[in-house]
Amino acid sequence: MNFSSPEFRVKVGLAEMLKGGVIMDVTDASQAKIAEDAGAAAVMALERVPADIRSEGGVARMAAIEKIDQIMQTVSIPVMAKCRIGHIAEARVLETLGVDFVDESEVLTPADEENHVWKHDFKVPFVCGCRNLGEALRRIAEGAAMIRTKGEAGSGNIVEAVRHLRAVRRELRRLGTLEGEELIPAAKELQAPFELVRYVASEGKLPVPNFAAGGVATPADAALCMMLGAESVFVGSGIFKSEDPARRAKAVVKAVTHWREPQVVLEASRGLEGAMRGLDIAKLTPEEMLSRRGW
Amino acid sequence: MGSNGRRVGVLALQGDFEAHARALAARGVSAVEVRDPDDLDGVRGLVLPGGESTTMLTLMEGSGLRERVSELVRGGLPVLATCAGLILLAREVRHPAQASLGLLDAVVDRNAYGRQIDSAVVALEVCEPGELGADRLEGVFIRAPRVREVGGDVRVLARYGDDPVLVRQGSLLAATFHPELSPGSPVIDLFARTVGRRE
Repeated sequence: MNFSSPEFRVKVGLAEMLKGGVIMDVTDASQAKIAEDAGAAAVMALERVPADIRSEGGVARMAAIEKIDQIMQTVSIPVMAKCRIGHIAEARVLETLGVDFVDESEVLTPADEENHVWKHDFKVPFVCGCRNLGEALRRIAEGAAMIRTKGEAGSGNIVEAVRHLRAVRRELRRLGTLEGEELIPAAKELQAPFELVRYVASEGKLPVPNFAAGGVATPADAALCMMLGAESVFVGSGIFKSEDPARRAKAVVKAVTHWREPQVVLEASRGLEGAMRGLDIAKLTPEEMLSRRGW
Repeated sequence: MGSNGRRVGVLALQGDFEAHARALAARGVSAVEVRDPDDLDGVRGLVLPGGESTTMLTLMEGSGLRERVSELVRGGLPVLATCAGLILLAREVRHPAQASLGLLDAVVDRNAYGRQIDSAVVALEVCEPGELGADRLEGVFIRAPRVREVGGDVRVLARYGDDPVLVRQGSLLAATFHPELSPGSPVIDLFARTVGRRE
């Protein structure tokens, strides 16, 4: 694992630049403009927000090229786009188009149920989802330059994001308490490469930025993710499925910057119209849980 | 002197402020994260980090932070600005045009070298090795801005091709690249010498 190669450093470098910011899902140029004006640090282009993918069903794919193009021409902040898990060709198309980051995402219908993209082969950086430390380390081993906890996209319910953030934190803490030889069985248990396990055991953190995603609907949800160790927050359906996207987007940005100050989160939360309705996770079947895609 | 003692403020609204704080700590300089005007009380230097300049501008509005930063910089506070930080300081920002603090006599084009796939680590030409204390310099460029014009009071310390990439104007030191992401960068050393070591 060569984290000091120039190629990997500029990939992780862009992820560093996005820290403390909010990355917003958008489906067209006008939404992208609203996101940029609200202070988003980047936008994520996709064909439908996760809540609509969930309700409409069907195969969810990479967004239409014209839409991504228009978004890239409209905003000056970085533009990300999603490809299906294991869809090497969609990833190449997005890289060639010039998007700044590719999200190999469980929100889209997986193209490969066993393998993820070998991301070291690409010049464009990738972000991937995880539910726990082992999954995060497998994605980093494949070349991901940024990790986001999966949460449950399109649910408007923060409970899965909290579960995944806490799992990563707990496992990082536990690794820090182990002695050298105990890291071998730990790597076996985590199903992750030993060298990476050893790295995080000594550093106490991932070698790439760790952001949160999936279920953020309010400024307080975003602040909660930051309290649990996220370095930035992705907001999907939470903005454009609410009744007041522009104001809510601005409020979430403020809450992420000032998450340590409850007074600011209070002011940001004041006077917002209805949040997205949201789902009870306990009522979803395992097949309906997007976070179970990928491993 | 305020509650921050002899620390250096790092604007922490968004961006790679932690990388800057780590780089300063490695040189014995302690940093304080700046999100509100009060956080600037008593600082002996200020870092404007990389990140998204549009986001930083939006978050500076209405809090008085923008005015306080301008006042301190005009008063001669040592400043290190990298990438988005340089864009914030510039006299004029183009491509697309946006507001700025107008404290550095330079005209800057945003994202002028292309998108992320054009980002790279390159060797720079040092124009003032005596002042920089080094004759070799690495430049980590990430969606970098391009300095198109500089005023008479601006000295160019390093170039990439014809473009100025490290400039100095009075107490301001500004780079279009990210010295905070190059271990042992002489640019951070120079800034650390300017603000002095912690006692």
